[in-house]
Amino acid sequence: MNWISEWALPKIKTLFGAPREVPENLWHKCEACEQMIFHRDLERALHVCTHCGHHMRIGAARRLEYTFDAGFSRIELPRVPTDPLRFRDQRRYADRLREAQAKSAMDDAIAVAHGTIEGHRAVVAAFEFAFMAGSMGAGVGEGIVTAARLAVLQDAPLIVFTASGGARMQEGAVSLMQMPRTVIATRLVKEAGLPFIVVMCDPTTGGVTASFAMLGDIQIAEPGALIGFAGARVIEQTVREKLPEGFQRAEYLLEHGILDLVVARGAMRETLGRIIGLLRVPLVVPPEPEPVVEPLIALPPPEPAATS
Amino acid sequence: MRHFLDFEKPIAELEGKIEELRRTTDAGGIDVAEEVGRLRDKAHKLLQATYAKLTPWQKAQVARHPERPHASDYIAGLIEGFVPLAGDRAFADDAAVLGGMGRFHGRAVMVLGTERGDDTESRVKHNFGMARPEGYRKARRLMELAGRFGLPILSFVDTAGAFPGIDAEARGQAEAIARSIEAGLDAPVPFIATIIGEGGSGGAIALAAADRVLMLEHAIYSVISPEGCASILWRDAAQASVAAEALRLTGEDLKRLAIIDAVIAEPLGGAHRDAPAIIASVGVRIEEVLEPLAALDGATLRARRREKFLEMGRVGAL
Ligand SMILES: [Zn+2]
Repeated sequence: MNWISEWALPKIKTLFGAPREVPENLWHKCEACEQMIFHRDLERALHVCTHCGHHMRIGAARRLEYTFDAGFSRIELPRVPTDPLRFRDQRRYADRLREAQAKSAMDDAIAVAHGTIEGHRAVVAAFEFAFMAGSMGAGVGEGIVTAARLAVLQDAPLIVFTASGGARMQEGAVSLMQMPRTVIATRLVKEAGLPFIVVMCDPTTGGVTASFAMLGDIQIAEPGALIGFAGARVIEQTVREKLPEGFQRAEYLLEHGILDLVVARGAMRETLGRIIGLLRVPLVVPPEPEPVVEPLIALPPPEPAATS
Repeated sequence: MRHFLDFEKPIAELEGKIEELRRTTDAGGIDVAEEVGRLRDKAHKLLQATYAKLTPWQKAQVARHPERPHASDYIAGLIEGFVPLAGDRAFADDAAVLGGMGRFHGRAVMVLGTERGDDTESRVKHNFGMARPEGYRKARRLMELAGRFGLPILSFVDTAGAFPGIDAEARGQAEAIARSIEAGLDAPVPFIATIIGEGGSGGAIALAAADRVLMLEHAIYSVISPEGCASILWRDAAQASVAAEALRLTGEDLKRLAIIDAVIAEPLGGAHRDAPAIIASVGVRIEEVLEPLAALDGATLRARRREKFLEMGRVGAL
C-alpha cells in the first residue's frame, strides 16, 4: 500500500524525549475523594488517586506513554475536510476546532502510534477527551481507519483506548457515517487475523460505543469508567425512573456480560502484553507426515492357487 | 379529520372552508360549486407555495407527521406474500423493528423496517419506533439469513433513534447497534435502505449501512434530533429550527454531501396526502437501483459498499 509510504512514514514523529509539561500547582485534588495528592506521586501512580483508586482522565499522549514500552512512534494522520457543514451554533465550528487544535497541539481528538507492548508489536489509537469531548467526526474516523490499516501493514494487533462523548454534532451526518467507517476498520484488522482490543476509558458514550468500540475481540475497561449508548439524563427523562446504583459504570457492564475485563491502569500494559502474547501464537509448522508404508488393514494372504 | 402542522394553518383554514361549503351543498343549500372550485384552486396554490420552500425544521415536522405512511404501509404496498419473522433468539421480539421475507417485483427479498405505529395502542406496541437491543439483534439475524440465501435486503427507516432506557443499556444497546451495522456492511447481497420519515442517529444507521440509501423528499436523516442538538449546543430546545438548519439533515443537503444516493419526490403536501402514490414511487426507485446491484456477486457488493463508506469524509469527497 503506497498511501502510507507516500505520506505517513516520512512524517512519523517520535514522541520519545518530547518535553514534558510541568504542572503549575504541585498538589492535585482528587475529584472523587477530594483528598490532595502531590503531583509527583500522582504521576508515579499513572494518575490514579493514591487514596481511593479513582482513575482520572488522562490525555492521549500520556496514554500512549503508559501503554507502550519505551520508544514508540506517533504517526501523522491524513487530512480530512474540516467543517463539511460550515456549521455554526453560538460560535463557528471552524473556530472551535482551531481553538481545540491550538490548545492540544493535536489535529483532532485521536492519536495513533506504533511500538511494542511488553515486547509485542502493536498499534495503538488513543482518544483525547480534552479535544471537543473526544467527539468523533471525520478526523477521528479517519484516525481509526488509518490505525487499522497500519496494524494490517505491520501485522500487529490494534488497541484502541476510547474516551468520547459520542458523535461530533457539528459534522452532522458526516459524523454519523463514521460509525460504519470505523466498523469497516475493525473488519480490516480481524480479516487479517489480527486481534482488535478495545479499552474503554471514562467516559465512552454514544456513536463511539455503538460502533467500533463494542466490536473488540477483547473488551476491557478502566475501573469506574462511564460507558453507555444513551446519556443518563436522556434515559431519566424518558423512563422517569431513578437510575440504578453504578449504572453504566465499567463494573456494571462487566456484570451484564458486555465486557471481558475491568483492568486497573497500573496493570494495563502487562495485561495487554499477556493477551497479545496468547492471541499471537507463533504459527507452528506441522511436522511432515510419515510416509505410509503399510496398508491399514492387513489383507488376507492370497488363496493358494488351485492345483489340479 | 386530517392532522395539520402549525405552518399549515392557512391551508387548514381554507380546506376547512371548502369542506363546510360542500356540506352546505350536499344538504340541499345553494349551489356553491363555483366558490368551492375557486377555494380549491387557492388552497392548491397555497400548498404548492408552502411546500416548495419548506425549511429544514418544517421538513422535520412533515417527516414526523402522524398520518405519514409507515414501514408497515410500505411492506403492505410493495411486498407480496410477506412472511413476518420475529425474535432475536435470545431475549424477546422487539416490535419496533419489523422483519420478514416476501416478494418484491417477483424477487424474493428480506425486509426490515422501524415501525412507529399509527394509533396509541400500536405506538405503545412498537415503542414509537425506538428499538431495544433485541430489535437490532433481530435485524442482524435477518440480514445474515438474507446473506446465506441470497436475498436482497430492503430496509425502511423511520425512527427517532434507539430507545434510551435502563433495560436497553443493561442488555447492550451499543453492542447491538454496532453488530447490526456490521451485518449490513458484511451482507453479500444487495442492500437498499430508504429513509421514509425520520432517520435518527445510531438507530437509523443500524439499518442503513447499505449499498444505496434513498430518502424521501421531506424525510430527515441526522446524527441528533434538532431538539437534542439545540438543547446541547444552544442550551435551548426552542432553537430547534436553527439547529435543523445547521445540521443539514434534508435529502437535498445529504445528497450534496454524498451521504445518500437519491431523493424521492413526495406528493404535493407530503407523503401523507397520497400514501398509495408515494409507496408506488418508492417501489419504482428501489427497483431501479436494485436491478443493477442484483447482477453483482457478494464479494463485489461488499467491497464496493466498504469503499463507498470509506470515501465519506475524506478530502475530495465533500
Ligand atoms: Zn481519590
